[in-house]
Amino acid sequence: MKQKGWRDLPPGSVVLEGGSAAKFKTGSWRAFRPVWIEENCIQCLFCWIYCPDMAVKVKDGKRAEFDYDFCKGCGICALECPGKKGKKAIEMAEEGK
Amino acid sequence: MATGLTLKELSKKEDLFTHGHRMCAGCGAPTIVKMALMATEYPVIAANATGCLEVSSCISEYTAWKIPWIHTAFENAAATLSGVETMYRSLKKQGKIDKEVKFIAFGGDGGTYDIGFQSLSGAMERGHDMIYICYDNGAYMNTGIQRSSATPLGADTTTCPAGSCVPGKLRPRKNLTKIMAEHNIPFAAQASPSHWMDLMKKVKKAHEMPGAKFINIISPCNRGWRSKTNDAITLARTAVNTCYWPLYEIENGVTKITFTPKEKLPVVDFLKPQGRFKHLFEQGNEWLLKAMQEEVDREWAKLQAAEKCGC
Repeated sequence: MKQKGWRDLPPGSVVLEGGSAAKFKTGSWRAFRPVWIEENCIQCLFCWIYCPDMAVKVKDGKRAEFDYDFCKGCGICALECPGKKGKKAIEMAEEGK
Repeated sequence: MATGLTLKELSKKEDLFTHGHRMCAGCGAPTIVKMALMATEYPVIAANATGCLEVSSCISEYTAWKIPWIHTAFENAAATLSGVETMYRSLKKQGKIDKEVKFIAFGGDGGTYDIGFQSLSGAMERGHDMIYICYDNGAYMNTGIQRSSATPLGADTTTCPAGSCVPGKLRPRKNLTKIMAEHNIPFAAQASPSHWMDLMKKVKKAHEMPGAKFINIISPCNRGWRSKTNDAITLARTAVNTCYWPLYEIENGVTKITFTPKEKLPVVDFLKPQGRFKHLFEQGNEWLLKAMQEEVDREWAKLQAAEKCGC
Protein backbone atom coordinates (compact mmCIF):
# COMPACT_ATOMS: atom_id res chain seq x y z
CA MET A 1 0.00 0.00 0.00
CA LYS A 2 1.41 3.36 -1.04
CA GLN A 3 1.58 6.00 1.69
CA LYS A 4 0.29 9.46 0.81
CA GLY A 5 2.69 12.39 0.49
CA TRP A 6 2.00 15.79 2.04
CA ARG A 7 0.56 17.09 -1.24
CA ASP A 8 -2.11 14.39 -1.27
CA LEU A 9 -3.33 15.02 2.27
CA PRO A 10 -6.18 17.43 3.07
CA PRO A 11 -4.98 20.60 4.85
CA GLY A 12 -4.47 19.92 8.54
CA SER A 13 -4.92 16.19 7.87
CA VAL A 14 -8.62 16.68 8.51
CA VAL A 15 -10.66 13.49 8.40
CA LEU A 16 -13.22 13.97 5.63
CA GLU A 17 -15.24 10.78 5.90
CA GLY A 18 -16.23 8.20 8.51
CA GLY A 19 -14.80 4.70 8.46
CA SER A 20 -11.96 5.72 6.12
CA ALA A 21 -9.60 3.36 7.96
CA ALA A 22 -11.10 0.67 5.71
CA LYS A 23 -8.81 2.08 3.01
CA PHE A 24 -5.76 1.33 5.14
CA LYS A 25 -4.87 -2.31 4.73
CA THR A 26 -3.27 -3.94 7.74
CA GLY A 27 -2.92 -7.41 6.22
CA SER A 28 0.83 -6.93 5.71
CA TRP A 29 1.34 -7.12 9.51
CA ARG A 30 0.56 -10.81 9.41
CA ALA A 31 3.19 -13.50 10.06
CA PHE A 32 0.71 -16.38 10.36
CA ARG A 33 -2.44 -16.68 8.26
CA PRO A 34 -5.66 -18.31 9.45
CA VAL A 35 -6.96 -20.97 7.09
CA TRP A 36 -10.65 -21.80 7.10
CA ILE A 37 -11.55 -25.48 6.73
CA GLU A 38 -15.18 -25.38 5.70
CA GLU A 39 -16.06 -29.03 6.36
CA ASN A 40 -15.21 -28.62 10.07
CA CYS A 41 -17.17 -25.36 10.42
CA ILE A 42 -20.34 -25.46 12.54
CA GLN A 43 -21.31 -21.84 11.72
CA CYS A 44 -21.11 -20.71 15.36
CA LEU A 45 -19.66 -17.35 14.20
CA PHE A 46 -17.43 -17.09 17.29
CA CYS A 47 -14.52 -16.20 14.96
CA TRP A 48 -16.57 -13.32 13.64
CA ILE A 49 -17.59 -11.89 17.02
CA TYR A 50 -14.13 -12.26 18.61
CA CYS A 51 -12.09 -10.95 15.65
CA PRO A 52 -10.53 -7.63 16.71
CA ASP A 53 -9.94 -6.64 13.09
CA MET A 54 -13.35 -7.32 11.59
CA ALA A 55 -11.53 -9.59 9.13
CA VAL A 56 -14.05 -12.45 9.10
CA LYS A 57 -16.66 -12.02 6.40
CA VAL A 58 -20.21 -13.17 7.02
CA LYS A 59 -22.80 -13.23 4.25
CA ASP A 60 -26.51 -13.63 5.11
CA GLY A 61 -25.66 -15.07 8.51
CA LYS A 62 -23.24 -17.62 7.03
CA ARG A 63 -19.48 -17.74 7.49
CA ALA A 64 -17.55 -16.64 4.37
CA GLU A 65 -13.80 -16.31 3.68
CA PHE A 66 -11.29 -14.33 5.73
CA ASP A 67 -10.56 -10.77 4.69
CA TYR A 68 -6.79 -11.10 4.26
CA ASP A 69 -6.48 -7.39 3.45
CA PHE A 70 -7.07 -6.65 7.13
CA CYS A 71 -6.32 -9.81 9.14
CA LYS A 72 -3.28 -9.16 11.35
CA GLY A 73 -2.86 -12.87 12.06
CA CYS A 74 -3.35 -12.71 15.84
CA GLY A 75 -4.84 -16.21 15.90
CA ILE A 76 -7.74 -15.50 18.29
CA CYS A 77 -10.18 -17.08 15.80
CA ALA A 78 -8.17 -20.31 15.61
CA LEU A 79 -7.92 -20.57 19.40
CA GLU A 80 -11.61 -19.84 20.01
CA CYS A 81 -12.87 -22.09 17.18
CA PRO A 82 -14.77 -25.03 18.71
CA GLY A 83 -14.64 -26.99 15.44
CA LYS A 84 -16.48 -30.20 14.71
CA LYS A 85 -15.75 -33.46 16.61
CA GLY A 86 -12.46 -32.10 17.93
CA LYS A 87 -11.30 -30.93 14.51
CA LYS A 88 -10.72 -27.17 14.28
CA ALA A 89 -12.23 -25.26 11.40
CA ILE A 90 -9.49 -22.63 11.56
CA GLU A 91 -5.78 -23.39 11.57
CA MET A 92 -2.83 -21.03 11.50
CA ALA A 93 -0.27 -21.42 8.71
CA GLU A 94 3.00 -19.54 8.41
CA GLU A 95 3.01 -16.88 5.70
CA GLY A 96 5.30 -17.46 2.73
CA LYS A 97 5.33 -21.23 3.14
CA MET B 1 -34.17 -15.08 21.19
CA ALA B 2 -36.16 -12.45 22.98
CA THR B 3 -33.26 -10.03 23.18
CA GLY B 4 -32.53 -10.24 19.46
CA LEU B 5 -28.92 -10.87 20.34
CA THR B 6 -27.94 -13.86 18.23
CA LEU B 7 -24.68 -13.85 16.34
CA LYS B 8 -26.53 -14.63 13.12
CA GLU B 9 -28.78 -11.59 13.48
CA LEU B 10 -25.96 -9.36 14.73
CA SER B 11 -23.74 -10.30 11.79
CA LYS B 12 -26.21 -8.64 9.45
CA LYS B 13 -25.59 -5.27 11.07
CA GLU B 14 -23.07 -2.80 9.71
CA ASP B 15 -19.75 -2.63 11.57
CA LEU B 16 -19.65 0.84 13.10
CA PHE B 17 -16.00 0.38 14.01
CA THR B 18 -14.22 -0.67 10.82
CA HIS B 19 -11.17 -2.74 10.01
CA GLY B 20 -7.99 -0.91 9.11
CA HIS B 21 -7.54 0.51 12.62
CA ARG B 22 -3.99 0.27 13.91
CA MET B 23 -4.53 -1.47 17.28
CA CYS B 24 -2.01 -4.28 17.90
CA ALA B 25 -2.77 -7.76 16.58
CA GLY B 26 -4.79 -9.60 19.21
CA CYS B 27 -5.86 -6.52 21.20
CA GLY B 28 -9.04 -6.83 23.27
CA ALA B 29 -10.26 -3.25 22.89
CA PRO B 30 -11.55 -3.27 19.25
CA THR B 31 -13.68 -6.32 20.06
CA ILE B 32 -15.16 -4.48 23.03
CA VAL B 33 -15.96 -1.39 20.93
CA LYS B 34 -17.45 -3.53 18.18
CA MET B 35 -19.70 -5.32 20.67
CA ALA B 36 -20.71 -2.12 22.49
CA LEU B 37 -21.70 -0.33 19.28
CA MET B 38 -23.56 -3.38 18.00
CA ALA B 39 -25.69 -3.69 21.13
CA THR B 40 -28.14 -0.92 20.35
CA GLU B 41 -30.36 0.22 17.50
CA TYR B 42 -30.14 3.89 18.49
CA PRO B 43 -27.70 6.26 16.81
CA VAL B 44 -24.69 6.68 19.10
CA ILE B 45 -22.31 9.58 19.65
CA ALA B 46 -18.96 8.69 21.23
CA ALA B 47 -16.24 10.55 23.04
CA ASN B 48 -12.85 8.95 23.39
CA ALA B 49 -10.25 9.73 26.01
CA THR B 50 -6.65 9.67 24.84
CA GLY B 51 -5.28 6.16 25.04
CA CYS B 52 -4.49 3.17 22.83
CA LEU B 53 -7.98 3.11 21.36
CA GLU B 54 -7.98 6.78 20.44
CA VAL B 55 -4.48 7.05 18.99
CA SER B 56 -4.81 3.86 16.95
CA SER B 57 -8.33 4.33 15.63
CA CYS B 58 -7.81 7.83 14.25
CA ILE B 59 -4.40 8.24 12.66
CA SER B 60 -3.83 11.12 10.24
CA GLU B 61 -6.67 11.21 7.71
CA TYR B 62 -8.01 7.77 8.58
CA THR B 63 -10.70 7.03 11.13
CA ALA B 64 -12.14 3.66 12.04
CA TRP B 65 -15.34 5.20 13.42
CA LYS B 66 -18.52 5.42 11.40
CA ILE B 67 -20.36 7.36 14.11
CA PRO B 68 -19.95 10.96 15.34
CA TRP B 69 -16.82 10.75 17.46
CA ILE B 70 -14.89 13.28 19.46
CA HIS B 71 -11.34 12.92 20.67
CA THR B 72 -10.65 14.48 24.04
CA ALA B 73 -7.58 14.76 26.23
CA PHE B 74 -6.70 12.05 28.73
CA GLU B 75 -8.62 13.61 31.61
CA ASN B 76 -11.89 14.85 30.22
CA ALA B 77 -13.80 12.33 28.09
CA ALA B 78 -16.67 12.35 30.60
CA ALA B 79 -16.69 16.17 30.85
CA THR B 80 -16.65 16.59 27.06
CA LEU B 81 -19.47 14.14 26.55
CA SER B 82 -21.43 15.84 29.36
CA GLY B 83 -21.27 19.00 27.27
CA VAL B 84 -22.34 17.24 24.09
CA GLU B 85 -25.23 15.59 25.93
CA THR B 86 -26.33 18.88 27.47
CA MET B 87 -26.28 20.55 24.05
CA TYR B 88 -28.39 17.70 22.68
CA ARG B 89 -30.94 18.15 25.47
CA SER B 90 -31.06 21.90 24.82
CA LEU B 91 -31.55 21.44 21.05
CA LYS B 92 -34.26 18.90 21.75
CA LYS B 93 -36.04 21.34 24.06
CA GLN B 94 -35.82 24.04 21.39
CA GLY B 95 -37.41 21.64 18.91
CA LYS B 96 -34.35 21.67 16.62
CA ILE B 97 -33.78 17.95 16.95
CA ASP B 98 -36.28 15.17 17.54
CA LYS B 99 -34.14 12.06 17.12
CA GLU B 100 -33.41 9.82 20.11
CA VAL B 101 -29.62 9.74 20.37
CA LYS B 102 -27.44 7.82 22.85
CA PHE B 103 -24.02 8.70 24.21
CA ILE B 104 -21.00 6.55 25.03
CA ALA B 105 -17.63 7.66 26.38
CA PHE B 106 -14.71 5.27 25.93
CA GLY B 107 -11.63 5.45 28.09
CA GLY B 108 -8.74 3.19 29.00
CA ASP B 109 -7.93 2.46 32.62
CA GLY B 110 -5.32 5.24 32.77
CA GLY B 111 -7.79 7.80 31.44
CA THR B 112 -10.54 6.49 33.70
CA TYR B 113 -9.11 5.24 37.01
CA ASP B 114 -6.44 7.95 37.30
CA ILE B 115 -6.29 10.95 35.01
CA GLY B 116 -9.97 11.18 34.06
CA PHE B 117 -11.25 10.25 37.50
CA GLN B 118 -12.44 13.69 38.59
CA SER B 119 -14.31 14.46 35.36
CA LEU B 120 -15.85 10.98 35.40
CA SER B 121 -16.93 11.40 39.01
CA GLY B 122 -18.43 14.79 38.17
CA ALA B 123 -20.36 13.49 35.16
CA MET B 124 -21.70 10.54 37.14
CA GLU B 125 -22.78 12.77 40.02
CA ARG B 126 -24.52 15.24 37.70
CA GLY B 127 -26.31 12.30 36.10
CA HIS B 128 -25.74 13.03 32.43
CA ASP B 129 -27.60 10.59 30.21
CA MET B 130 -24.64 8.57 28.97
CA ILE B 131 -22.67 5.36 29.36
CA TYR B 132 -19.02 5.52 30.30
CA ILE B 133 -17.21 2.39 29.14
CA CYS B 134 -13.77 1.75 30.56
CA TYR B 135 -11.69 -0.85 28.72
CA ASP B 136 -9.40 -1.94 31.50
CA ASN B 137 -6.08 -3.44 30.40
CA GLY B 138 -4.47 -2.75 33.74
CA ALA B 139 -1.68 -0.25 32.91
CA TYR B 140 -0.76 2.65 30.63
CA MET B 141 -0.14 0.33 27.69
CA ASN B 142 -0.11 3.05 25.04
CA THR B 143 2.83 4.93 26.54
CA GLY B 144 4.87 1.86 27.44
CA ILE B 145 3.28 -0.15 30.25
CA GLN B 146 3.48 2.19 33.23
CA ARG B 147 1.57 1.24 36.36
CA SER B 148 -1.94 2.65 36.86
CA SER B 149 -4.31 2.25 39.78
CA ALA B 150 -5.93 -0.57 37.77
CA THR B 151 -2.68 -2.56 37.71
CA PRO B 152 -3.09 -5.71 39.82
CA LEU B 153 -0.94 -6.54 42.80
CA GLY B 154 2.43 -8.05 41.89
CA ALA B 155 2.32 -7.10 38.19
CA ASP B 156 5.59 -6.12 36.55
CA THR B 157 5.40 -2.75 34.78
CA THR B 158 8.07 -0.30 33.63
CA THR B 159 7.45 1.99 36.63
CA CYS B 160 7.31 -0.83 39.18
CA PRO B 161 9.71 -3.31 37.59
CA ALA B 162 10.03 -6.66 39.31
CA GLY B 163 13.59 -7.16 40.46
CA SER B 164 15.74 -7.25 43.56
CA CYS B 165 14.14 -4.11 45.09
CA VAL B 166 10.40 -4.68 44.51
CA PRO B 167 8.47 -7.74 43.32
CA GLY B 168 6.28 -5.68 40.93
CA LYS B 169 3.39 -3.51 42.09
CA LEU B 170 2.95 -3.55 45.86
CA ARG B 171 -0.59 -2.25 46.05
CA PRO B 172 -3.82 -3.99 45.02
CA ARG B 173 -5.96 -2.49 42.30
CA LYS B 174 -8.68 0.06 42.88
CA ASN B 175 -12.24 -1.23 42.65
CA LEU B 176 -13.60 1.42 40.31
CA THR B 177 -16.90 -0.30 39.51
CA LYS B 178 -17.85 -0.17 43.19
CA ILE B 179 -16.68 3.45 43.51
CA MET B 180 -18.87 4.39 40.55
CA ALA B 181 -21.84 2.51 42.03
CA GLU B 182 -21.35 4.55 45.20
CA HIS B 183 -22.19 7.65 43.14
CA ASN B 184 -25.78 6.33 43.33
CA ILE B 185 -25.98 6.02 39.56
CA PRO B 186 -28.72 3.78 38.15
CA PHE B 187 -26.35 1.25 36.59
CA ALA B 188 -22.77 0.15 37.16
CA ALA B 189 -21.48 -3.13 35.81
CA GLN B 190 -18.48 -5.27 34.98
CA ALA B 191 -18.27 -7.20 31.73
CA SER B 192 -15.83 -9.24 29.67
CA PRO B 193 -15.52 -9.62 25.87
CA SER B 194 -15.36 -13.41 26.31
CA HIS B 195 -18.98 -13.31 27.48
CA TRP B 196 -20.27 -11.31 24.52
CA MET B 197 -23.96 -11.84 25.21
CA ASP B 198 -23.61 -10.64 28.80
CA LEU B 199 -21.61 -7.60 27.63
CA MET B 200 -24.13 -6.60 24.98
CA LYS B 201 -27.10 -7.14 27.27
CA LYS B 202 -25.51 -4.79 29.80
CA VAL B 203 -24.86 -2.09 27.19
CA LYS B 204 -28.39 -2.48 25.79
CA LYS B 205 -29.91 -2.30 29.26
CA ALA B 206 -27.81 0.74 30.19
CA HIS B 207 -28.96 2.58 27.04
CA GLU B 208 -32.60 2.07 28.05
CA MET B 209 -32.06 3.71 31.45
CA PRO B 210 -31.97 7.46 31.91
CA GLY B 211 -29.01 8.91 33.79
CA ALA B 212 -25.31 8.16 34.06
CA LYS B 213 -24.16 4.58 33.64
CA PHE B 214 -20.75 2.99 34.03
CA ILE B 215 -19.48 -0.29 32.55
CA ASN B 216 -16.01 -1.61 33.28
CA ILE B 217 -14.76 -4.15 30.73
CA ILE B 218 -11.59 -6.22 30.99
CA SER B 219 -9.42 -5.79 27.90
CA PRO B 220 -6.46 -8.18 27.61
CA CYS B 221 -3.31 -6.60 26.18
CA ASN B 222 -0.74 -9.08 24.91
CA ARG B 223 2.04 -6.47 24.84
CA GLY B 224 1.62 -5.34 28.42
CA TRP B 225 0.50 -8.64 29.88
CA ARG B 226 3.39 -10.39 28.10
CA SER B 227 1.08 -13.07 26.81
CA LYS B 228 0.50 -14.65 23.40
CA THR B 229 -1.23 -12.69 20.64
CA ASN B 230 -4.02 -15.25 20.35
CA ASP B 231 -5.14 -15.53 23.97
CA ALA B 232 -7.01 -12.26 24.62
CA ILE B 233 -10.43 -13.88 24.78
CA THR B 234 -9.18 -16.98 26.61
CA LEU B 235 -7.47 -14.82 29.25
CA ALA B 236 -10.59 -12.68 29.68
CA ARG B 237 -12.59 -15.89 30.17
CA THR B 238 -10.07 -17.20 32.71
CA ALA B 239 -10.26 -13.87 34.56
CA VAL B 240 -14.02 -14.41 34.88
CA ASN B 241 -13.72 -18.09 35.85
CA THR B 242 -11.13 -17.36 38.55
CA CYS B 243 -13.37 -14.54 39.89
CA TYR B 244 -10.49 -12.10 39.36
CA TRP B 245 -12.97 -10.26 37.12
CA PRO B 246 -16.46 -11.21 38.33
CA LEU B 247 -19.35 -10.33 36.04
CA TYR B 248 -21.97 -8.39 37.95
CA GLU B 249 -24.21 -5.37 37.76
CA ILE B 250 -25.41 -2.93 40.39
CA GLU B 251 -28.80 -1.62 39.31
CA ASN B 252 -30.18 1.16 41.52
CA GLY B 253 -28.06 -0.09 44.41
CA VAL B 254 -29.02 -3.75 44.04
CA THR B 255 -26.15 -6.09 43.24
CA LYS B 256 -26.69 -9.01 40.88
CA ILE B 257 -24.00 -11.47 39.83
CA THR B 258 -24.72 -12.12 36.15
CA PHE B 259 -22.37 -15.07 35.74
CA THR B 260 -21.21 -17.59 38.34
CA PRO B 261 -18.42 -19.90 37.16
CA LYS B 262 -19.31 -23.61 37.31
CA GLU B 263 -16.02 -24.23 39.05
CA LYS B 264 -14.10 -21.32 40.58
CA LEU B 265 -10.55 -21.74 39.29
CA PRO B 266 -7.49 -20.73 41.33
CA VAL B 267 -6.18 -17.28 40.39
CA VAL B 268 -2.85 -18.92 39.40
CA ASP B 269 -4.58 -20.11 36.20
CA PHE B 270 -5.03 -16.47 35.24
CA LEU B 271 -1.53 -15.37 36.30
CA LYS B 272 0.51 -18.23 34.81
CA PRO B 273 0.13 -17.46 31.07
CA GLN B 274 1.15 -13.82 31.66
CA GLY B 275 4.80 -12.78 31.59
CA ARG B 276 4.08 -9.80 33.82
CA PHE B 277 3.47 -12.24 36.69
CA LYS B 278 6.39 -14.55 35.85
CA HIS B 279 8.40 -13.50 38.92
CA LEU B 280 5.55 -14.46 41.26
CA PHE B 281 6.37 -18.09 40.63
CA GLU B 282 9.98 -17.65 41.78
CA GLN B 283 11.12 -18.63 45.24
CA GLY B 284 10.45 -16.01 47.89
CA ASN B 285 7.39 -14.51 46.20
CA GLU B 286 4.86 -17.11 47.36
CA TRP B 287 3.34 -14.58 49.74
CA LEU B 288 2.29 -12.44 46.76
CA LEU B 289 0.45 -15.34 45.13
CA LYS B 290 -1.25 -16.02 48.46
CA ALA B 291 -2.13 -12.34 48.89
CA MET B 292 -3.53 -12.26 45.36
CA GLN B 293 -5.75 -15.32 45.97
CA GLU B 294 -6.92 -13.91 49.31
CA GLU B 295 -7.84 -10.59 47.70
CA VAL B 296 -9.83 -12.33 44.95
CA ASP B 297 -11.61 -14.60 47.48
CA ARG B 298 -12.43 -11.65 49.73
CA GLU B 299 -13.89 -9.57 46.90
CA TRP B 300 -15.89 -12.52 45.58
CA ALA B 301 -17.28 -13.28 49.06
CA LYS B 302 -18.21 -9.60 49.50
CA LEU B 303 -19.98 -9.64 46.15
CA GLN B 304 -21.93 -12.80 47.00
CA ALA B 305 -22.91 -11.34 50.36
CA ALA B 306 -24.05 -8.12 48.68
CA GLU B 307 -26.20 -10.10 46.26
CA LYS B 308 -27.70 -12.15 49.07
CA CYS B 309 -28.71 -9.16 51.20
CA GLY B 310 -30.01 -7.27 48.16
CA CYS B 311 -27.71 -4.31 48.60
